[in-house]
Amino acid sequence: MRAAARPGPLMRPLVLWGVPGFAALAVAILAGVVIGETPLPFGMVAAVFANHLLEAGHVVDPIDAGIIWNYRLPRTLVAAACGAGLALSGVVLQAIVRNALADPYLLGVSAGASTGAVAVTILGLGGGMIGISTGAFVGATLAFALVAALARAAGGGSAQLVLAGIAGSQLFNALTSFFIAKSANAEQARGIIYWLLGNLSGVRWPDVSLALPVVACGFVICLWFVRALDAFTFGTSSAASLGISVRRVQVVLIGMTTLMTATMVSLVGSIGFVGLVIPHAMRFLTGPGHARLIPASALAGAVFLIAADVTSRIIIPGQVVPIGVVTALVGAPGFALILIHNRSRA
Amino acid sequence: MKLSAAGLGWQAGHRMIVEGVSVEIAAGETFGLVGPNGSGKSTLLRLMAGLLPRPQGVVQLDGTPLTSLPRREIARRIAFVEQQAETTEALRARDVVALGRTPWLSALAPFGAADVGIVAASLRQVGMEDMALRAWSTLSGGERQRVQIARALAQQPRLLVLDEPTNHLDIHHQLALLRLISRLPVTVVLALHDLNQAMGCDRLGVMEAGRMVACGPPARVLTPDRLMNIFRVRATRLKDPDDGASLFRFHCLED
Ligand SMILES: Nc1ncnc2c1ncn2[C@@H]1O[C@H](COP(=O)(O)OP(=O)(O)OP(=O)(O)O)[C@@H](O)[C@H]1O
Ligand SMILES: [Mg+2]
Repeated sequence: MRAAARPGPLMRPLVLWGVPGFAALAVAILAGVVIGETPLPFGMVAAVFANHLLEAGHVVDPIDAGIIWNYRLPRTLVAAACGAGLALSGVVLQAIVRNALADPYLLGVSAGASTGAVAVTILGLGGGMIGISTGAFVGATLAFALVAALARAAGGGSAQLVLAGIAGSQLFNALTSFFIAKSANAEQARGIIYWLLGNLSGVRWPDVSLALPVVACGFVICLWFVRALDAFTFGTSSAASLGISVRRVQVVLIGMTTLMTATMVSLVGSIGFVGLVIPHAMRFLTGPGHARLIPASALAGAVFLIAADVTSRIIIPGQVVPIGVVTALVGAPGFALILIHNRSRA
Repeated sequence: MKLSAAGLGWQAGHRMIVEGVSVEIAAGETFGLVGPNGSGKSTLLRLMAGLLPRPQGVVQLDGTPLTSLPRREIARRIAFVEQQAETTEALRARDVVALGRTPWLSALAPFGAADVGIVAASLRQVGMEDMALRAWSTLSGGERQRVQIARALAQQPRLLVLDEPTNHLDIHHQLALLRLISRLPVTVVLALHDLNQAMGCDRLGVMEAGRMVACGPPARVLTPDRLMNIFRVRATRLKDPDDGASLFRFHCLED
């Protein structure tokens, strides 16, 4: 019961958790490509992958090959990146603000990112994906700063932070609606509103090359700071006395979550509850230590959002339900469970 | 490790909470802080550990100003146990003690076998080795306090700062803790309320309304006059016939 119970060499947990974890992710990605309005046989998917990755030269119907490689695969990869990014953002925010209910959606960061992205799109301030992402980042940063300042002015408690998040979300959602009403034509407006609810339909390879590096960076930064995140367990003063440069860690990690959230929102709209429910579910499996919680949440978030995307494509035949609706249908009950669980612990 | 403080002060709004405290604490010394509630003991301890924003005055460790050291270097020298520590995370006692290793670890020097040994030894020093796997939320107040002290020991500091460490402890563990502290080869600064226990320190500082109004060997500092004016008690000095040690019996003075 003594030394042996400690996580021994790095390899054991890696084999125990890493292998099944990556297997689950691989299966989810395959499922994301195979399942859809027109189910495509697994063999064909394998052939297309082989053609692209190994130049195998299998003969595949070009339309099907296009659906697999240019449509479903990038969409699935972006779903995975978004799920991982949002889950990581949730873990980091919960540790740093010491609040079980912290997540980019509840704290208004997603709403701020939406406002920034919509402002850039409609008002035509610099175009392209990078322009929209930058707008989203500025909006997200403003929203977080505003919500944090309001929570602090209101006394800095847990409840104050969540209430400030609600106020911030409402304000930024209202600003978004205002921009749409002021400047968008009817068709633009419908497109934007559909995108705001979370939508992966338009995703192509260039989006993958934005989403994956951002999430990979975020993941590495989180891993680098796992001990600092653990040190926040007893509050910021205790973290400081354990040798953490509290201000620097907060700026780096909050900046990183804001960047991840902004990127995800600019790509696929605002998707709620992933950052809240996934980290809590993972805590039951891994315990509160961030060395395991971070990779577990990233993996689970990726798998969860792929599953949500697949569900959104097939739940109503012939129609795509916004993915934010699917995550909310699963996430809201999860949120309720977290609330009840926290009460029993307090 | 020698700690010298010069002109320490801290202001909250326009109110001076601690003001003009200068003191030199020698390496290996056990220095006690006593004083009524709200007299500034906890604030002074935080100032000494470099944990308060906008401090006044200078703290030096072996001649090095605290402000010139990075946080991590400070944490390798000073461990601090706060008056209270709370979390809602589902940690086990051992995980809490392992936090003490934080300043010694990095992404490139992860938690290893040596750290496992240090954590186990620290738990043993406070008599908590049997509860290493207990969840924090299931520990009693005194057990939590002992786990936090073990965490501070795991930090392997050269200066240990303890804010009312005997709080919540039963009498056996109070005495065991004070004995442990007096045997540690490190400098200790601690706030205490029990004046009889404070008599065991090498020197005492008496705090009143944010100022250190007296500093010296316990028997010289805790005079009947001070006990009456600062602590508002009348004290009778008794002698233990066993070993001749003197102790106080207190009587409350009317307001
Ligand atoms: N951050 C703060 N803002 C305003 N006032 C403060 C702050 N911290 C402490 N104080 C006040 O400063 C005074 C000294 O507080 P401190 O905690 O140092 O006292 P203490 O001697 O440790 O008391 P106790 O014996 O109750 O632990 C108290 O009146 C307290 O209300
Ligand atoms: Mg105090």
